[in-house]
Amino acid sequence: MSASALTISGVDKFYGPIDRGVHAVKNLTMEIGKGEIVALLGSSGCGKTSTLRMIAGFEEVSRGAIAVAGRKVHTLPPVKRNVAMAFEGYSLYPPLTVRENMAFALKAARLPRSEVDAKVASIAKLLEIEDILERYPSSISGGQQQRASLGRALIREADLHLLDEPMGQLEPQLRAVLRGRIKHFIKERGLTAILVTHDQTEANALADRIAVMEGGVLQQFDTPDRIKERPANLFTGTFVGEPPMNVFEAYVGTAAGRINLRLPDGLSLDYDKDAFSAPVRDQLLSRERVVIGIRPYAVRRSKEGVPARVSANQWLGDQTHIAADFAGGSLVLVEHDRTRLDLGAPINVSIDPKNLHVFDQASGKAISHGMELA
Amino acid sequence: MEHTSLLERILRGIALTLVVIFFMFPILWIFMMSFQTNETILRIPPQLIFEPTLANYTALITGKLMTAAGTLDIAFMRNLWNSVFLSVTSVAVSLLLGVPAAYAFARHKFRGSEDIAFTLLSFKFAPALLVLLPLTLYFQKLGLANTYIGLIWVYQLICLPLILWIVRGYFEDIPADIEYAYRIGGHSWFATFRKIALPLAGPGIAAAGLLAFIFAWNNFVFALVLASADKQPVTVGALAFITSSGIQYGQISAAIVLSITPTLALALYAQRYLVEGLSLGAVKG
Repeated sequence: MSASALTISGVDKFYGPIDRGVHAVKNLTMEIGKGEIVALLGSSGCGKTSTLRMIAGFEEVSRGAIAVAGRKVHTLPPVKRNVAMAFEGYSLYPPLTVRENMAFALKAARLPRSEVDAKVASIAKLLEIEDILERYPSSISGGQQQRASLGRALIREADLHLLDEPMGQLEPQLRAVLRGRIKHFIKERGLTAILVTHDQTEANALADRIAVMEGGVLQQFDTPDRIKERPANLFTGTFVGEPPMNVFEAYVGTAAGRINLRLPDGLSLDYDKDAFSAPVRDQLLSRERVVIGIRPYAVRRSKEGVPARVSANQWLGDQTHIAADFAGGSLVLVEHDRTRLDLGAPINVSIDPKNLHVFDQASGKAISHGMELA
Repeated sequence: MEHTSLLERILRGIALTLVVIFFMFPILWIFMMSFQTNETILRIPPQLIFEPTLANYTALITGKLMTAAGTLDIAFMRNLWNSVFLSVTSVAVSLLLGVPAAYAFARHKFRGSEDIAFTLLSFKFAPALLVLLPLTLYFQKLGLANTYIGLIWVYQLICLPLILWIVRGYFEDIPADIEYAYRIGGHSWFATFRKIALPLAGPGIAAAGLLAFIFAWNNFVFALVLASADKQPVTVGALAFITSSGIQYGQISAAIVLSITPTLALALYAQRYLVEGLSLGAVKG
């Protein structure tokens, strides 16, 4: 993981005239090491696909530079960049069979026939498309086309493999199996891959690092664990995690030696001053208003807690999602057992300060995660 | 799938028959006229029973037209050849110029690309007669009047916009990502154009070419003004049948039959391409 596989420095993308058109990607800088799998995660229109297409060379870079394996490529045509790509719309060649489509990707490499056949066979086995190799794209299902398209990208040897929503059309069971296999395949061969996805499960399962994007801006670029435990800002905090983080505005106050986080509806979360580490306490007390975030898994029901009222209760087969009216909003908590709670039932909840994420009210930047400053 | 009742099918059959008769009758009548002499054609009332004669075709092919006033030389076979030559060459030139242009307009948006494309289409808006007068003057100055090159050039006004706009639509229907996939696999844009775009738009190009051919074949005004007897296509050549001693309906009919045969044959042959061309949507993922 020493050498850099991809360096993006200060890249802007405008659709239309520079500085006046639609600003799709804003001053993006990131570095990806060789052998890494990186996921670009974000909702539709966040700039993740534009970024991928700029790397591939299908969109011009309005400003900034992109280097693949140390070579500046942003002015080169796609053919010279040595990257492979799986397209969201599959883009298989209609007049060719699945086998030919995949073998075709190797044509430029001029390999002997037997080697091509062996490679196609092994990728087809990996993706479970051996039985449709002789079929034409128009006669197979969307999921099969997607796997063929993925195979066409993975079969090539390239400095960078770009995968645009590579598994969006697959059935859940198959997706889970393939995720594991593809990760193994990429790691085993030491390939570098960038995948674009809006599915955070996929990003978490496949990627070494996740780049969360929103509004054309890179919000956070970190390992899945750290993104979950230490979200850089309110957006990442609420975007990553299922069910989403509970967020409330709170006024910070002190009374009788305790810190109160006063929520709407006259509710208040009271903590002993010593419940927080000193730096976190100082940060909290220096502010009047903050935004607090609590993961649904961290909300506990307890006898003495703050009152809430159940508004929905769903058993998902392996966990219960309880939604409750709380502090003028809604609070979601997750329990691992089946919980019998009727709608409207009063409950009390408590939140351990170790699980509290605090964000700046104005900028949304993270202030602290539990006992540590952000 | 068939849930239509017997009555429905009968009614539909009758309706279809009526439509076919309506559209085919003139052609059928001309076909019959081409085997008759002027006397039998002009009989009142017209009769379906006649003694067929090949005299009209013989006259056309030998180039000797017998009229009451004597024997006239007509250059029908020459005209027919001119038609074939002019139409085929014009369409070929148009395809050569129009298909790459259509690809450029479909794939590359550059400053003024829409304006240029529209200007090319606007050639079709101008009434031919309005264009012709200045064109004739220019052509006479340039020495292009009454030459094949001049005619083929003018025929581009008919063929080029048609091909450009139809083929452009077909190129736009091909998902750009298919071409990107090919390019990222290590192929130049020209290879992509040849190996991916052209084959996928093939049926559309065939359809456009066929239409352009029919339009070129049927053109009358340009050829009438810009070509003299030896360069005239059949459409203009048919005027020769209006002789001082009357209109030669039999020969005109035979000439029509001979001159629609190539386009009809081509259309029948290319029919499946036209249908295929219209269902290009199957390319989608």
